[in-house]
Order: sequence, then structure tokens, then C-alpha cells
Amino acid sequence: MDNFVVEVKGVSKVYGKAIKTVALHELDLGFTTGSFNAIIGESGSGKSTLLNIIGTLDRPTKGEVIINGVSIRNMSKRRLADLRNETLGFVFQFHYLLPEFTALENVLMPYRIANGKADKESQKRAKQILNLVGLEKVEKNLATNMSGGQQQRTAIARALMNQPKIMLADEPTGNLDSQTTDSIYQLFRKINQELGTTFIIITHDRRVAEKADRIVEILDGRISLDIVK
Amino acid sequence: MKLAFDIALRFLKSSKGQTALIVLGIAIGVSVQIFIGSLITGLQKSLVDKTVGSAPQITVSAKEDGDYILDSQTEIKAIKAANPAEITNLVAVTQGPAILKTTDQSTTVILRGFAWDDAQGIYKIADRVVKGELGTNKNEVIIGKDLSENLNVKIDDTIEMITPTGKTGEFLVTGFFDLQVKSLNESWILTNDGTAQTFLETGEGVSQIEMQVKDVFAAGEVAMAVEKRLNNDNLVVTNWKEENAALLSGLSGQTASSLMIQVFVLISVVLGIASVLAISVVQKSRQIGILKAMGMHNPIASLVFLFQGFLLGILGAFVGIGLGIGLSWSFATFVTNPDGSSLVPFYIDWYFIGISAGIAVAASTLAALIPAIRVSQLDPMEVIKNG
Ligand SMILES: Nc1ncnc2c1ncn2[C@@H]1O[C@H](COP(=O)(O)OP(=O)(O)OP(=O)(O)O)[C@@H](O)[C@H]1O
Ligand SMILES: [Mg+2]
Repeated sequence: MDNFVVEVKGVSKVYGKAIKTVALHELDLGFTTGSFNAIIGESGSGKSTLLNIIGTLDRPTKGEVIINGVSIRNMSKRRLADLRNETLGFVFQFHYLLPEFTALENVLMPYRIANGKADKESQKRAKQILNLVGLEKVEKNLATNMSGGQQQRTAIARALMNQPKIMLADEPTGNLDSQTTDSIYQLFRKINQELGTTFIIITHDRRVAEKADRIVEILDGRISLDIVK
Repeated sequence: MKLAFDIALRFLKSSKGQTALIVLGIAIGVSVQIFIGSLITGLQKSLVDKTVGSAPQITVSAKEDGDYILDSQTEIKAIKAANPAEITNLVAVTQGPAILKTTDQSTTVILRGFAWDDAQGIYKIADRVVKGELGTNKNEVIIGKDLSENLNVKIDDTIEMITPTGKTGEFLVTGFFDLQVKSLNESWILTNDGTAQTFLETGEGVSQIEMQVKDVFAAGEVAMAVEKRLNNDNLVVTNWKEENAALLSGLSGQTASSLMIQVFVLISVVLGIASVLAISVVQKSRQIGILKAMGMHNPIASLVFLFQGFLLGILGAFVGIGLGIGLSWSFATFVTNPDGSSLVPFYIDWYFIGISAGIAVAASTLAALIPAIRVSQLDPMEVIKNG
């Protein structure tokens, strides 16, 4: 059996009670530790739904999600929250920074949720990550005083802060220019190789997808294509 | 904890206008409480003080009118032992009626004798002497300034008094007093204890033992303790509260109505905070959703809002205390009697202010409870989905 860090087994998601929208149809999918995966598919095909279920933010209507070899089905809200904080890094389709805080403070937030106070070491790491995404100049800016691309990169830096085993990204470079997009993916690749972080990235960008180890295409809530290089 | 506090602080700072508005709301509530509270307390204090401040608050006397307390030293010891912490300004008074005769007039007076030093406590007698001095020698007396005017008596004049039993005596007037009550100034003649005891023929006996208590409102209980301690059927113990029932019921009515006002102020403050914080939950739901998605636990998210309530309460209380004291001070300073003295004296009761501030902080935190519960129910998915 493969060494899956994330696995979904027979996962279905049905929205609505009266009018049922089936977003996912009994999906079986596993991602191996340290792999770099792209999920592609048309708008409305169910990509975000899948990612949110993997990210434990949403519950499947049917089926099971296994993270690090443990099913999350019976986990308490508290344990799920800890799991998200320690194991998962999120970059959402929209950036979702806290507008009341500076870039640096936003990056530190996952660390502070786990540890309360940000010590010297964590501050140093946060600054390093901001350097990596090229934001050292604006680290003191409030989230609202940054460009869209800068905000998105801050969100990426934040997702990396707790050195998660798994990075989940929903169109992380959707509104970035191609040059920044390239540098972000190079960064992802570097982290993937150096730290062995598993990446699951939703993207519309064919060019980006082609650089992944594996491409999964979703169509109407089913896997229509699964290419492993 | 620390994180929740920091986020609460940042939320408050980032919407300064809204924060200032709630703080002002709480502050006005607290200041009204303090103002009304100190107004009522100041009013009551000055009323009570005017009524019984320089009068005996507990009096021990013989049951039969005209009888004397014979073994006064023993009784005084027993009285003091009844409640040494409360009882002050104890003075033994020897008194009796007499007829005062000058060459062309006569009038009924009351001769009161006590040790001048002891009488200083209740009557501040040394300060009441407006002319001349206290008579410390045998047969020296001081008389009221109104009496001196009525009878045209001067200092160093000799006056003659006759007791109901027909004994006469001559006394040297050494000074005039002003007790600021005309009837007393017209009818009292004050002297040292020796003179009164000899003239009234009481021997070692005294007419009554008067005292004050530290907390005037405790006079009833103290009087009871004194009565128990004396355990003497021939003595009666009275206190000012028995004799001023109308004043007391007026005061308690005032207290009750001020309490009502305060309760309603409190309710409006709580409602205000609860509703503004409820709006703030809606405003901040996006942030809360993100924090929860990143793994923040529900109780911590709730704590963010409880801390906001707490901080608003603290801030509001401080501003409110400043406003309230300022308001009370201006009222005492600018609302005056025709003679320029304040209508209601400026009075700060830190204990009351502390309670008022404490209630404001507790109420603000409590008001944040509803928003805090709503926050813990917020599903991060709603936020992630809806952008
Ligand atoms: N809360 C919801 N209630 C009802 N239907 C929903 C809900 N969320 C998603 N859907 C439906 O589920 C399907 C999958 O949505 P999903 O957001 O996963 O698509 P997607 O692949 O991420 O699309 P996009 O590329 O546009 O982001 C869509 O048909 C959508 O209309
Ligand atoms: Mg999507």
C-alpha cells in the first residue's frame, strides 16, 4: 500500500436539501508524502469543495478523510483545530488576511495561535519567510495597505509559518503576474524538496500544472484524469 | 489568553470611532451613577450632620425625670465597654431647670454642667465661645449670646439663679457662647461639672451621659448594646434615630429612588454594549473565521469578545469616574446657596465609586457574553465560502 499523507475514501458532498447539488461523487484519492500535486478542472467542478474537505473545514456527506494515517471522522472540533494549526497550511482562493494586523503579525498568527506569544526565534523565521516571498520591505504594513499580489504572498508566507506537513492552496497565484507566479512556484518547489512538504494546489494555469509531479483533473465531481509523472 | 487579549485590543484600536462611542456610553452611565450617588450621599451626610453632628446621638438618663445617675463613674465604664470602637465623645451632664434673675427681669433657664474637656467632643464648646472664656472656677458660668442680649448681661456681671427647690446662688459670667440654635442660646447656661453638682445638690450624681458614635447610622445597635451592658432598670437609653424617624424615612426613600435610577442606568449601559458588540461580531466574522481556519479554538475566539467587553468596561469606568467627579465637583462649586456655600457639599465616596466602576466592568464583560457565544458558533466554512 502507498504511503499516503492524505487520503479520501468514497467521499461525496451533496449541497442543499430540497434541490440537491452533488459536488463530489464518491471520490477515492490519495496523496503520497512529499509529493507535489496539481488539481485542475472547470469552474464549479468541485475542486474547492474537495480541498476544504481535505482541510477539515468542511465535512463530507459520505466517506472518510484520513490525514497522517488517522481518520478525522470522530475527531472533536478542538482536535481538528489543532490538526489544522500544526499539520495543514492553507492558501485560500481569496487571501483572507486580518486587516487589523501588519504583514509580519499576520504571518506570525498561526504560531501565536499554537503558542500564545511570539518569541525571538519565531519572529526571525517569520521575517525569513517574508524575505522568501519578497516582502521584507512591507512587513510593517497593515494588510490593507498592500497590493493584491503582496497580500496573496503574505497569505502564502502565513501558511508556511508553522512548517506544515501539507500545504493546501486554492488558486494561490490567481491574481498574480506571470513573473511573480513563477517565483512563487519556485518557492513552493524549494520548500517541497527541502522540507518534504506535500503540496496540493488547485490551479487554472496549465503551465503551472505541468510542472507538478501529478495532475488530477476533476469533472462534475468525479476524477476524469490522473497523471503521475 | 495573551493572543485573545492582543486581538481584542487590536480590534478596538482599529475601529476607534466605534470604540470611542461605546466608551462614552459606558462613561456617561458610570458618571451619572457616581454623580447621583455622591449627590445623594453628600446630601444625606450634610443633613444628618446638621441634625445630629453636634448633638448627642445616644443618651443614657435616669428613668424618672429629675432623678440622677448616682454612680456615674461605674456606668461610664460600662458604657464605654459596650462598644469601644464606635462610642466617642462621651460626656456626663449634670443639668436642671432654674430661674435666672437680674435686677429687672427673670427667665427660666436650664443649667448644664460638664467637664469642659469632655464637652469639647460633642459641643466643641471651646470653639463656640464667641466672647470671654470658659469659666473653670467654682460658680463661673457662660451664657448664650441671645440670652445676654435679651437680659443685657455683660461679661464679669454676676447673675442670680434659683432652683425649683428654692436654693439660690450667685454666678460670675465669664463668657458668651453661640451654639447656632437660637432656642439653646436663649435658654442654656453652661458651667463646669463641680458648680452644677453643688448648686443642684446631686453629689457625685449626673443627670445624663451623652455620647456620639463613629457611624451615626449604627446608633440604634450601639444603644442596644449599651442598654444590655448597663443592665439597669432605672436607666433609659435613647438614640437619635428614635427621635428622628421622619428624617430617616425621608433618607431611605431617597436612597431607594437613587438605587432605582442606578439600576436603570446600568441596564441601558449593558444593552448598549451588548448591541454594539453584537454588531462587531458580524463585522469581524471574517477575521474570526480565518482565525478558526488556522486552528484557533472556540473558547479563545469567544475570549476575544469577552476581553473587548472587559476593556471597554475598564476604559468607560475610568472616563466615567473622571466625568462623574468633575460633574459632582462642578455641582458643588457652581450650585450654591445665596451665601455662597454649596447647596450640596462636594463629597467623594471612593468605596461607592469603586463599586460603581466594578459593576460597569462586570456588566460590560457580561454584555459581551452573548456575542462571545455567537462567535463560538461561527463556522469558518461560511466565511471561506462567501469570500
Ligand atoms: N454552499 C453551497 N451550496 C450549494 N451549492 C454549492 C455550495 N458550494 C458549492 N456549491 C456547488 O458545488 C459545486 C462545486 O463548487 P466548488 O466551489 O467546489 O467549485 P470549484 O471547482 O472550486 O470552482 P471554481 O474554479 O470556480 O472555484 C458547484 O456546482 C457549486 O455551485
Ligand atoms: Mg474554487
